[in-house]
Amino acid sequence: MDFGLDKKHEMARTLFKEFAENEVKPLAQEVDETEVFPRATVEKMAKYGFLGIPVPKEYEGQGCDPLTYVMCVEELAKVCATTSVIVSAHTSLCIDPILTYGTPEQKAKYVPDLASGRKLGAFGLTEPGAGTDAQGQQTKAVLDGDEWVLNGSKCFITNGKEADVYIIIAVTGIVEKRGRKMKEISAFIVEKDTPGFTFGTKEKKMGIRGSSTYELIFEDCRIPKENLLGAQGKGFGIAMHTLDGGRIGIAAQALGIAEGALDRTIAYVKERKQFGRTIGQFQNTQFQLADMATKVEAARMMVYKAAMAKATQKVYSVEAAQAKLYAAEVAMEVTTKAVQLHGGYGYIREYDVERMMRDAKITEIYEGTSEVQRMVISGNLLK
Amino acid sequence: MKIVVCVKQVPDTKGGVQFNPDGTLNRAAMLAIMNPDDKAGLEAALRLKDQYGAEVTVLTMGLPKAADVLREALAMGADKAILVTDRVLGGADTWATSSTIAAAIRKLDYDLIITGRQAIDGDTAQVGPQISEHLDIPVISYAQDIKVEGDSVIVQRQFEDRYHVLKAKMPCLITALSELNEPRYMTPGGIFDACDAEITTWGRADLTTLDDANIGLAGSPTKIAKASDKVRKGAGEKVALDPEEAVSYLMGKLTEKHII
Repeated sequence: MDFGLDKKHEMARTLFKEFAENEVKPLAQEVDETEVFPRATVEKMAKYGFLGIPVPKEYEGQGCDPLTYVMCVEELAKVCATTSVIVSAHTSLCIDPILTYGTPEQKAKYVPDLASGRKLGAFGLTEPGAGTDAQGQQTKAVLDGDEWVLNGSKCFITNGKEADVYIIIAVTGIVEKRGRKMKEISAFIVEKDTPGFTFGTKEKKMGIRGSSTYELIFEDCRIPKENLLGAQGKGFGIAMHTLDGGRIGIAAQALGIAEGALDRTIAYVKERKQFGRTIGQFQNTQFQLADMATKVEAARMMVYKAAMAKATQKVYSVEAAQAKLYAAEVAMEVTTKAVQLHGGYGYIREYDVERMMRDAKITEIYEGTSEVQRMVISGNLLK
Repeated sequence: MKIVVCVKQVPDTKGGVQFNPDGTLNRAAMLAIMNPDDKAGLEAALRLKDQYGAEVTVLTMGLPKAADVLREALAMGADKAILVTDRVLGGADTWATSSTIAAAIRKLDYDLIITGRQAIDGDTAQVGPQISEHLDIPVISYAQDIKVEGDSVIVQRQFEDRYHVLKAKMPCLITALSELNEPRYMTPGGIFDACDAEITTWGRADLTTLDDANIGLAGSPTKIAKASDKVRKGAGEKVALDPEEAVSYLMGKLTEKHII
């Protein structure tokens, strides 16, 4: 068992780090403050292939593996959580299901534009009354001749108004399963500017404030019949499998936020003096840092392991859930401690750890709360 | 068009310079990077490739580890990579280095050679022009802009307060300034391909036009008597004055030390 990175991944790490430091970090505070989507950064990332890292070259992707993609999200999150989730939602939640479940025609039509970054992707599952509870879905799709007609709404959608291609989960009928009436759920590919597809209000958030989080509204939105993704009635499985991949991306984001906060805290405690010495010379600080670094390292192992599982296994739900659960809780704990070690300055917006603590919280919530991850993990233990 | 770009792996001086007890650089203790001027030269070549179409070959001489900068160049978009490495070539000064590199380039088909102006470890700015002398081709140094017109290059050569526009017929050699451009990043897919790519490795025996009198430490006319780090200066004198007072204070000091 080798825990070291090979040459390819070492070089990729260098690339992502340099890009994050030079192109992303200088804008992070402004993106948070103004809540403006970093479009120029997305265009730069597209130019260098960051929007199609684990996608085969035949679809204009980079032909790399999930670990490389995870390291990209991690390095971006070290400096700007907003930028990292743009890549994660686009890659894991939009490109991945099309690559996994799409027909050859759907893949040829959508993936090259997405992987090259000419277009941006998003994923709509959550509704006002249905987050974790997929059976609570209200958005309906009805087949009318050669078209599906969508009605309903989706909320809290990442890359909401900025995306061009959306994976939308909707109810396509009622079926009986073991004597119980269940909603039949299907997945669809919906393009921006389709008549009947509009946007609701932009959400004002605690963290990842530059991320474009919108409500999607469908009113008699007609999409071609061939935009059904996977078989009719298989939408729930598609959504869950997609989220397994998405969770590895969010775990990487959480890991990056924690690492970023730790790096800044190490630098700060070497500088900050109290009672005639740097606060890093106090044992309390040293022990706190030791705990933070140890948990970050453990999170990294789990995140990378989950990425490797995605590359080699058909099912990786548990690895993904454990990585996300742990990394998200470490992100919250480490950023909270980072703020504490910064003292009053940690509470001031000028210091990055203030933003990082706000950004960390969402990783415990989206793409399945920590409680949902525990359900996935325990469900597998007790099945 | 065929372009050869010479690159050098140098210690990253941003993290501080480390010395061995004998005064030579402790390269093992320092991070190694592609020399910045060379990277600008590579970017210039890649832009010519984007604009006119070209085959870009990167060439370096150094330890086997120097293959890292070749892989970086491939990941940025270079087409071929050649590593010249051999124990007998070690300890080379600019003369021995340029003789060796010229012998390697003679084995290649080329229209244009681009080198960096100078390397941040040696700062001699001699190797590029010396290669052109060995190959008997024109050289334009300090390039801040490069254009291709037919079988010629039109280059802006930087001076302190102006630039000259020079035209040279290819084949020729250009030395590039880091101000020439902002080098592109690698791409993730480029990195994966670069790590799988074959790097041509040449040793002394492959360089048939090279004279043994001109290689390695023995073939180097330059002898380093002593090397040392910068002498650390004291903290200096700090004064807090209004701008006007500060000006007269500074003028006084400069006059006192006979600087003005």
